Amino acid sequence: MEPLDPLGLVSLYLLLSGYLYTDLSHPTKEGGKENSTISNAETRFVCVYFILVSYEVYLFFLFRPLQNFFLIIGRRPAGWMAAVGDLQFEEFGNAAATAAENPGATTISIEGPGESPAHQAGLPRGSGGEEDDELLGNDDSDKTELLAGQKKSSPFWTFEYYQTFFDVDTYQVFDRIKGSLLPIPGKNFVRLYIRSNPDLYGPFWICATLVFAIAISGNLSNFLIHLGEKTYHYVPEFRKVSIAATIIYAYAWLVPLALWGFLMWRNSKVMNIVSYSFLEIVCVYGYSLFIYIPTAVLWIIPQKAVRWILVMIALGVSGSVLAMTFWPAVREDNRRIALATIVTIVLLHTLLSVGCLAYFFDAPEMDHLPTATAAPNQTVAAAKAR
Amino acid sequence: MAKAAESSGEPGTTSPRPLMRDLKAVGKKFMHVLYPRKSNTLLRDWDLWGPLILCVTLALMLQRSSVDSEKDGGPQFAEVFVIVWFGAVTITLNSKLLGGNISFFQSLCVLGYCILPLTVAMLVCRLVLLAEQGPINFMVRLFVVIVMFTWSIVASTAFLADSQPPNRKALAIYPVFLFYFVISWMILTFTPQ
Repeated sequence: MEPLDPLGLVSLYLLLSGYLYTDLSHPTKEGGKENSTISNAETRFVCVYFILVSYEVYLFFLFRPLQNFFLIIGRRPAGWMAAVGDLQFEEFGNAAATAAENPGATTISIEGPGESPAHQAGLPRGSGGEEDDELLGNDDSDKTELLAGQKKSSPFWTFEYYQTFFDVDTYQVFDRIKGSLLPIPGKNFVRLYIRSNPDLYGPFWICATLVFAIAISGNLSNFLIHLGEKTYHYVPEFRKVSIAATIIYAYAWLVPLALWGFLMWRNSKVMNIVSYSFLEIVCVYGYSLFIYIPTAVLWIIPQKAVRWILVMIALGVSGSVLAMTFWPAVREDNRRIALATIVTIVLLHTLLSVGCLAYFFDAPEMDHLPTATAAPNQTVAAAKAR
Repeated sequence: MAKAAESSGEPGTTSPRPLMRDLKAVGKKFMHVLYPRKSNTLLRDWDLWGPLILCVTLALMLQRSSVDSEKDGGPQFAEVFVIVWFGAVTITLNSKLLGGNISFFQSLCVLGYCILPLTVAMLVCRLVLLAEQGPINFMVRLFVVIVMFTWSIVASTAFLADSQPPNRKALAIYPVFLFYFVISWMILTFTPQ
């Protein structure tokens, strides 16, 4: 059901309009300031009007599609569910019809908690032959997953919906981190470790740790590089934390979003064997960033060669995890597009690491030359001052 | 109820009683943090006065003193405040999402009170910085901050660990570690202008 009923919304709108209108007709400032007063109130009026209209549009036009969107991004890949979907498609045929007839009814509360054991039982059977199950059309399997219910069956505004994204134990998180550090050729990170249980714990806290690791290591490294200089005054550079946070969280969420959209688009054109849900892509990207935490700490060492070797190693490890994960998703496609996708993924990863190195860590050797020439002058000046 | 009856009998002391009672409660919780034992006092009678006092004290001491160092410097008062409260809320949400059975405000209360050792560290660092700067100065500060950081972690773990499911304890404790580490870093790198 809609969160705010239309009657309440309309009355709120009238109330706010009344307030703003009275403010308009009685300008508080006098004389030459009248123009600015009127334009301020007009601006406020337009803003409030815009907000309320957008909210009304959202309620009446976007609410249902957004609900479906949240269901889609949480769904498992088609291959896993196809075997179970065969069994369950007839059961939910009627439910689908009734859901279509009643636009007011929510489509998500169709199956109860008793259905999930059936899914769990279905998975081991389906996992062996998942590569062949994709002969179902993608549209059918999408609808099947939407209606056949996944474990994320609560509406997206309840707390339980988000709890399903944190349904991991300590050993599972460690296993996933280990998997991201040791890419084995032929083993797919998603299939091996995530197994349709994507979590948001790993990506969120790995990104948080990385933000602070980069900011603190950058600060420490700059301090150590400029340690001998008399003119250098240490500042904690607190601004850099927020910049690092913006960069890393944007990378960890926007790039998977773009990649997911791109893969969905290619899926509609070419039948692919493997497709990933949005959360699984976020998961892979989040865990693949783990290698940069020790790398950032080791970047404190002020040697250019050491830093670039570290960049190569980190890029090799995480790039290969990403490439091996996404290669099966694009290999059925046009050769050029597949290669271009993989190259773009690795290129963006490179850009992130090199950009972080360049922005947060000062170059080590450049600063030693001025120090060497300035030091004799400074010691002479200090001697003269005494 | 018995206490209220006693207090109303004494002349001229009815109005300051709630304040004294609250202050005593806050002080008692401070003692519980400084000597962490397995007790439920912090969780049962939670209040947010202690965390507020500590957060304001920490933010006042950590803010950069001069206005012209806008570009690169230490955090502003509001930034420290936001970090402490936003960090505490994030950790609480994380532990609730992982399936912990602790209430929102109880968790905020525990995290806020366990900043007390770090506030003490900040006071000590401020005093040490009045002496001459140098490597020894830095070593003393580093030692104090490390000890207080460990104390904070031990104290908050003693209170928070029991509320988590046993196979997810480490997942819930790690954000607490990160939170206090960041605050310790801010304290350690504080330089007076």
